[in-house]
Amino acid sequence: MTQTRNLIDENGMRTDGRTIDELREVKITVGTIKNADGSAFIEFGKNKIVAAVYGPREVHPKHLAQPDRCVLRCRYHMSPFSTDTRKNPAPSRREVEISKVMREALEPALMLEDYPRAAIDVFVEVLQSDGGSRCAGITAASVALADAGINMRDIVAACAAGKVDEKIVLDINDTEDKEGGADMPVAYMPTLGQVTLMQLDGRLSQEQFTECLDKAIVGCKMVYDIQRQALMQKYFGNETEVKEEQ
Amino acid sequence: MNDIRRRYVIPGDRVAEGNYRPLMNVVKSGNALYATRIGIAETGREGAKVIPLSGVYIPRVNDLVIGKIVDHTSLSWEVDINSCFSAHLPASDVFGRDFSPARDDMSKHLAVGDMITARVALFDRTRDPMLTLQDRDLGKVSQGELLKISATRVPRLIGKRGSMIQTIEQATQTRVLIGQNGVVVVTGRTPEGISMAVRAIRMVEEEAHTANLTQRIRVLLNVPDEPQAAPAANNVEAPKPAEPAADSAERAEEELEVESEK
Repeated sequence: MTQTRNLIDENGMRTDGRTIDELREVKITVGTIKNADGSAFIEFGKNKIVAAVYGPREVHPKHLAQPDRCVLRCRYHMSPFSTDTRKNPAPSRREVEISKVMREALEPALMLEDYPRAAIDVFVEVLQSDGGSRCAGITAASVALADAGINMRDIVAACAAGKVDEKIVLDINDTEDKEGGADMPVAYMPTLGQVTLMQLDGRLSQEQFTECLDKAIVGCKMVYDIQRQALMQKYFGNETEVKEEQ
Repeated sequence: MNDIRRRYVIPGDRVAEGNYRPLMNVVKSGNALYATRIGIAETGREGAKVIPLSGVYIPRVNDLVIGKIVDHTSLSWEVDINSCFSAHLPASDVFGRDFSPARDDMSKHLAVGDMITARVALFDRTRDPMLTLQDRDLGKVSQGELLKISATRVPRLIGKRGSMIQTIEQATQTRVLIGQNGVVVVTGRTPEGISMAVRAIRMVEEEAHTANLTQRIRVLLNVPDEPQAAPAANNVEAPKPAEPAADSAERAEEELEVESEK
């Protein structure tokens, strides 16, 4: 984590030309996979990720079923061609960890008790990665879950913040992740105002920590607006508001 | 009825604030009701609800479903009803109380692979749904074109007072049997009629949430703007198609839940 070059220039611009409070361009398309019950494709800067949701469906093997609630299973996977050098397609330690934190980030938003003895499978496939792929994955998975018609308390939006050149910046990219000072991915439920995921890689002072968390939450709210727009577009087209008939 | 407010919502959106009764797909938090599904929120005198636009079929008691026999034990058939729960049809429901696994041959009545129309007799989420054939017009489906649509589109396919399905049936000379679980069986005299009906049903599924759908279906099926089009607004019953009475009865029941559009 030693910094080798300036990541923020004298004009306050970052390596990819953004200001410190700027999000990368985010684009979400809902319902991209026909065979899945719900799906979404997200482009988060250079990240390209597809999420698919199957279920609620019967649990196999049966012994995994819970009598009082639904089982949520997540799989985060990076395609071999998603990184600069080929990635071994076998699930790595990192992928297993992200699958777990992703499940824990989504679970609070889902009303799993509505589907006892069933399972919901979430598959997140990273086609191209550029730092912050877990946040983008959670964002896409949450939209895919809503598309699948699963009862949810809220949509989960995720965004990272971090420390670069001793400054707290929003939505750090791959370079800033590798060469910067700290990385804090946060998942957040905007309506309920609850954080469902917060990780921190690096060192922050108490003030920096608070600032970083606040900034990440602001980012999550921006991401939420895009999620909302994408879902509205898929289901209601251009008529985004009240439709009155007769 | 006129004081119902409609709005498009996604999970987490506030549907109503104040003392409203939560009816369907809403969750209470503090003094407000929030949507749990994507759909059309309706707030009225009787409460607040969200009519969902996506999702799998969750059985409810008294639903008419169309299912496929996938297996049988010595006492019951296992039926795939297009849901995350597989249903059971007890053999005693078909053979009567004196059913004996040793004496009666279950596969004589219903073999694996048969399609049946049945009603959900019992279901409470702690156990798998139990079906019954004890009603008029329930039992084996012997022929027809089978298709699956999303269960959330079923009310739209039926239409208000059965208008949509009647239009399709009359124009294509077919009979369309709709299960609440989204399984549809189309029977008819000509293959052309059947394929036309299937196309129309697919169109309803894809464009369920859009306005003026019945009109577009009419155009697809080359139905001239019948004189009934105008009086339809005055709630004049459309001419009765040649269909079994049971169908109309069950539709009337289903339509009670159809408040989706128009």
